[in-house]
Amino acid sequence: MSKYHKLFAASALGLCLAVPAFAGSFGLGRPALPEEITAWDLDVAPDGTGLPEGSGDVFTGEEVFAEHCAVCHGDFAEGVGNWPKLAGGEGTLADKDPLKTVGSYWPYLSTVWDYVNRSMPFGNAQSLEPDEVYAIVAYILYSNDIVDDEFTLTHENFLEVDMPNADGFIVDDRETAEAHFWMDEPCMEDCKENVKIAMRAAVLDVTPEETGAVGVQASEQEAQAKSEGASEGSAEVEDTAALDPEMIESGEKVFKKCKSCHQVGEGAKHRTGPALNGIAGATAGAIEGFKYSKAMKAAAEEGLVWTDEELAAFLAKPKAYMKGTRMSFAGLGKQDEIDAVIVYLKSFGS
Amino acid sequence: MSANSRAKAPSRRQFLSGAAAVGVGVAAAGTTRAADPDPLITNVQEWAQATGEGVDATPYGLPIQFEKDVVRRNVEWLTADTISSINFTPIHALDGTITPQGCAFERHHSGAIELSKADYRLMINGLVDTPLVFTYEDLERFPRENRVYFCECAANTGMEWAGAQLNGAQFTHGMIHNMEYSGVPLRLLLEEAGVKREGRWVYVEGADASSNGRSIPLEKALDDVLVAFKANGEALRKEHGYPVRLVVPGWEGNMWVKWLRRVEVTGMAIESREETSKYTDTLEDGMSRKWTWVMDAKSVVTAPSPQAPIAHGPGPLVITGLAWSGRGSITGVDVSVDGGKNWTPARLAAPGTDKALTRFYLDYNWDGSEMLLQARAKDSTGYVQPSKAQLREVRGENSIYHNNCIQTWWIKENGEAENVEVS
Repeated sequence: MSKYHKLFAASALGLCLAVPAFAGSFGLGRPALPEEITAWDLDVAPDGTGLPEGSGDVFTGEEVFAEHCAVCHGDFAEGVGNWPKLAGGEGTLADKDPLKTVGSYWPYLSTVWDYVNRSMPFGNAQSLEPDEVYAIVAYILYSNDIVDDEFTLTHENFLEVDMPNADGFIVDDRETAEAHFWMDEPCMEDCKENVKIAMRAAVLDVTPEETGAVGVQASEQEAQAKSEGASEGSAEVEDTAALDPEMIESGEKVFKKCKSCHQVGEGAKHRTGPALNGIAGATAGAIEGFKYSKAMKAAAEEGLVWTDEELAAFLAKPKAYMKGTRMSFAGLGKQDEIDAVIVYLKSFGS
Repeated sequence: MSANSRAKAPSRRQFLSGAAAVGVGVAAAGTTRAADPDPLITNVQEWAQATGEGVDATPYGLPIQFEKDVVRRNVEWLTADTISSINFTPIHALDGTITPQGCAFERHHSGAIELSKADYRLMINGLVDTPLVFTYEDLERFPRENRVYFCECAANTGMEWAGAQLNGAQFTHGMIHNMEYSGVPLRLLLEEAGVKREGRWVYVEGADASSNGRSIPLEKALDDVLVAFKANGEALRKEHGYPVRLVVPGWEGNMWVKWLRRVEVTGMAIESREETSKYTDTLEDGMSRKWTWVMDAKSVVTAPSPQAPIAHGPGPLVITGLAWSGRGSITGVDVSVDGGKNWTPARLAAPGTDKALTRFYLDYNWDGSEMLLQARAKDSTGYVQPSKAQLREVRGENSIYHNNCIQTWWIKENGEAENVEVS
């Protein structure tokens, strides 16, 4: 919250003169530098404290949202699959299944700005510029019919936006509303006349099939499969052995940036992006069971193959390399990261 | 190897069918005569002859292979993705009160990150005299406390609001763990920075991409909140916030910020995503409660339960479970075998302690008939755990969080158990 920076500057000045230097009694830690506080103190309070200067309009927001957010939240903020819906749901809070979105539920606009700015996009947090955040927030407001399509959100008009559910919250009142739960001595005998089973979990049948025994069997089968693989699939083993283990290791670290959308390795499944086993050297858009973008399908038809060079170019700047790809990722900035992650992907077959 | 393979862990179904077969004739177990001598006794076993592993085989041990099914589990349909998701402690298979770190539930909002002690920094800023930065080593030089506390996700039992859903104590009540924390009172760190007179709240956040920021009233922050770096004697696990997490005794788990990187003293609540759009409780009329931090008194029978059926037939039966309260200590637990008509006080394994799990037992002579098994906790403030009907009367069915209702297990004649709701 930037207003404290000024306070800090004043107290830092005093610090040089004051003895002892520390308010506490242990003398541990060191004073935080203003640059450090600026870097970490990003939160925005309901009154707008902490909001940087900037602006963004709905039109720009639609583009930025499509690029960074739509892959999970849908083009119209309606949500994809189980990912959060950001729009709609107005008037449903008293229904059996309320739809809680920015429009129908969130009481403060500051929360939206703050969360988009610090924690989104999922898997690439803190990568957006303030104006992009303003634009995204403007677009989310538009998706919820809170503003019109001409609207521009700025640090100056921020507090003028009325959030529909701003008055929808009360402070925890359990101690009064539920005072009757403090009954000290509850009934011990003949507390009810009849007891009947009203609902059964087994009828609903939504509990995951477990139990541990299944896990044990699975891992035994895997172990067996592994030992068979060792004798039969020696070619693959050699391939992997030729890869630099250090590169694989650093590639694994780089792959963390990809993990929110992609899986690789044993049991890898498609998620937001396709499973990547055997991707190196494969024909583009060819992993079975994944719904590719039109752009990727077109590239595949033109015979795109994921050679080292093509992969590197794609990973450096996905959207620039392939206009229309669904891969909502800014790209890997460093060449050594790109090289490492390609080696890592190769370790899962090529 | 051969010694081990002889005693393969039975599957739950094998276990059950075996139990049913044995069940009948053992009512008077102590006086039952064996038909044939037990070869496990009469034959010399390999483990009694050959040698086992040396002390250099396992520098850091995992449970023996026969305990492979005592693991955390997740429910795939609950969340879009396992990175921002939750799993469940296998409470049905544990005893005592301390949760081993390796099977203690995890909740991440952007995955469990790897942050080393060397890279760790904690900043105290905002309304303080001197904003400070601490290294991990700095934290270890402050006076330290050891405290046992439960950590319960506010959404624990949240899937059961509208009816009996998940079949197992692990799934209905497993978003909880209980550990002994070693750490520094947050109060000492705040005093070191010097809280200004206008400070009312602290805003705490983590170093992960979600940051999971939460506002905590200054009064609580100066009371019993710990900045912890050890749990159950050893370093925190990655998934629980290594190297440093916040411990907020008795309050919802979401506030126990992991990978704690910043504590900001503020004049107001920040109203972050985690304290507005989530972790707020919608009532029947569409209004929502906010700042519902404290976890109400609650209990559950952990065994017998759907994942821990009765395998031995009629006769002596240990009914056991856990009880806890975020407002203080557990003073008693009552158990009902008839769905809440009549209650019997259970035996507490040890007197309840402040904001920590309490283990209870009811040593019961089961006649083999059906039971509707329930537990009801009482705490040091006089609060009595309500039934689901009582809770719904006040809150409706849409609260998601803070469901502390009495749980019912339907124990059938064959010893199997099912999650049910009773009238």
